[in-house]
Amino acid sequence: MTDATQTASGPIRRWIARATARPEPAKRVQFDRPLLPWLFLAPQLAVIFVFFYWPSAQAISSSFYIEDPFGFGATFVGFDNYTDALGSAEYRHIAGFTAMFTVLVTAFSLGIGLLLAVKADQVIRARSTYRTALISVYAIAPPVAGLIGMMLFDQHIGPFVKLAAWFGLDMKVGLNYFDTAFAMILVSVWKQVPYNFIFILSGLQSIPQSVREAALIDCKNGARRFFTAILPLLAPTAFFLLIINITYALFDTFAVIDVMVKDKAANNPITLVYKVYLDGFRGNDIGGSSAQSVILMLVVLVLTLVQFRWLERRVHYG
Amino acid sequence: MMNRIRPLDHLILILGTLFMVMPVVVAMMTSTHTAVEIHTGGLQLLPGNDGYETYHTVLTRQGGFTGQVTGARMVMNSLILGLGFAAGKIVLSMAAAYALVYFRFRFATLMFWVIFTTLLLPLEVRIMPSYQVMSQLGLLNSYTGLILPLLASATGTFYFRQFFKSIPDELLEAARIDGAGPVKFFIDVILPLSKTMMAAIFIIMFVYGWNQYLWPMLMTTDERFFTLMRGIKQILQVWVGSQIPDYNEAFALAVLALLPPVLVVVVFQRWFIKGLTESDK
Repeated sequence: MTDATQTASGPIRRWIARATARPEPAKRVQFDRPLLPWLFLAPQLAVIFVFFYWPSAQAISSSFYIEDPFGFGATFVGFDNYTDALGSAEYRHIAGFTAMFTVLVTAFSLGIGLLLAVKADQVIRARSTYRTALISVYAIAPPVAGLIGMMLFDQHIGPFVKLAAWFGLDMKVGLNYFDTAFAMILVSVWKQVPYNFIFILSGLQSIPQSVREAALIDCKNGARRFFTAILPLLAPTAFFLLIINITYALFDTFAVIDVMVKDKAANNPITLVYKVYLDGFRGNDIGGSSAQSVILMLVVLVLTLVQFRWLERRVHYG
Repeated sequence: MMNRIRPLDHLILILGTLFMVMPVVVAMMTSTHTAVEIHTGGLQLLPGNDGYETYHTVLTRQGGFTGQVTGARMVMNSLILGLGFAAGKIVLSMAAAYALVYFRFRFATLMFWVIFTTLLLPLEVRIMPSYQVMSQLGLLNSYTGLILPLLASATGTFYFRQFFKSIPDELLEAARIDGAGPVKFFIDVILPLSKTMMAAIFIIMFVYGWNQYLWPMLMTTDERFFTLMRGIKQILQVWVGSQIPDYNEAFALAVLALLPPVLVVVVFQRWFIKGLTESDK
């Protein structure tokens, strides 16, 4: 009995203990002043409280209210905003698209980034040229990528539209749901490949030469050597990138989507973040938009916790 | 194994790189042709003769509904956002990280969690309330309002904390024997040691700030505060309904928006990659 309660409250108690205990000092010697650290912390804390905690708390609280559209107060509605959102077919449809979009963007940008990084790792000549070329694409802002993408899929001048027409396909990005989805995914992948490339390449180059040579002696088959010796060593990098790519696909693609659907979301695919924005700023549905924000916050929270857990495990066994 | 020429690997790399870089090259080249040329001839792979005129128009023409914004103004606003954000981030996060690493004080762990919880939630999920807070504070349409809310995340603090922890303890011990206080130690020891790290973070943050889209778009209804990213949305909105869209001007705007971060990242590549890959672990 006592044991059971202890295990149940164990993690929470440990967390509280950790949060309140004298910290494990970051340095053996530290300064011991009562006021000075707070002075150093003050600017950061001020910004965080005003622009992070206050809005986040507001998002949570207004998700339980329906705001009068004319600004005459708000009515407490409990979880109605949540059930409305989760119950609506439109929301579930958008959630479905978001999931598919996230999986495809993550898979392709990781896959292509991995392929290019492995090849760049194997060649010596011109490696830095490839890296410079790819890193320049990394620096491009998502809306600029979206604009260039729009041009590549333009009805008059877009080479992709011409290519599709050559195969007898009539491609209408911005009007046709699937065509827009295709263009959005392609642009989002294009923008993200360099990031994965940079990280995987630097991960590969940190593998010691001795390990590579040992693997070479043990296994002559290049593909098998890669999957049994090199890839496991890349696992931490890959997992970190997986989380980063999922957050990228969920949130950072907002600009790509906004540029490509040009405020006409009706027939076009959009993601959940875009819906938060549409309902909040176009539809003036503050309660509904906030509830959706909170749902997304929970998704991110789960993702981050998974990441921390993994990192912790890596520290223990890696 | 490493020194053999591998034609297939190079082929894959060259094709992949071309696929990645081509859209940028096409954007640059096409921006130097006239709209009519582009409309009839499609995207261009070679430079044209009308680049000067197009860029001159984009940079100097009074655009927008109120005629108060030029391309040059948008470049300036993007610069203010990028530089202001990067500088603000470095000041805030260095100070906070210094407090967390070098001081023994009550609630240090709690403060650690208070600061690093911000890493969990991106701005996108709390845009609506953030906007309301800004309007209550009267900061809409101001540079302060543009920059401050973006600073409310702990990425920089995280980087600097990792870096400070890697500085040998002996330095502090020696400084204390010499009678240096925390402020003197910060200025005389920590600042000079952090130069490379500061440069790396400055570059990463400049690119991040310059490339911001959603927040500037919400914050700025007054066209005098439009950034280049906001201008891109604008130029696509007037697109609808025109006979021959100003493809050249749209491309020129895109090139103006992509060139500074691309140049910064390419020129300072080493610092950039170091800052990016070493601090994220």
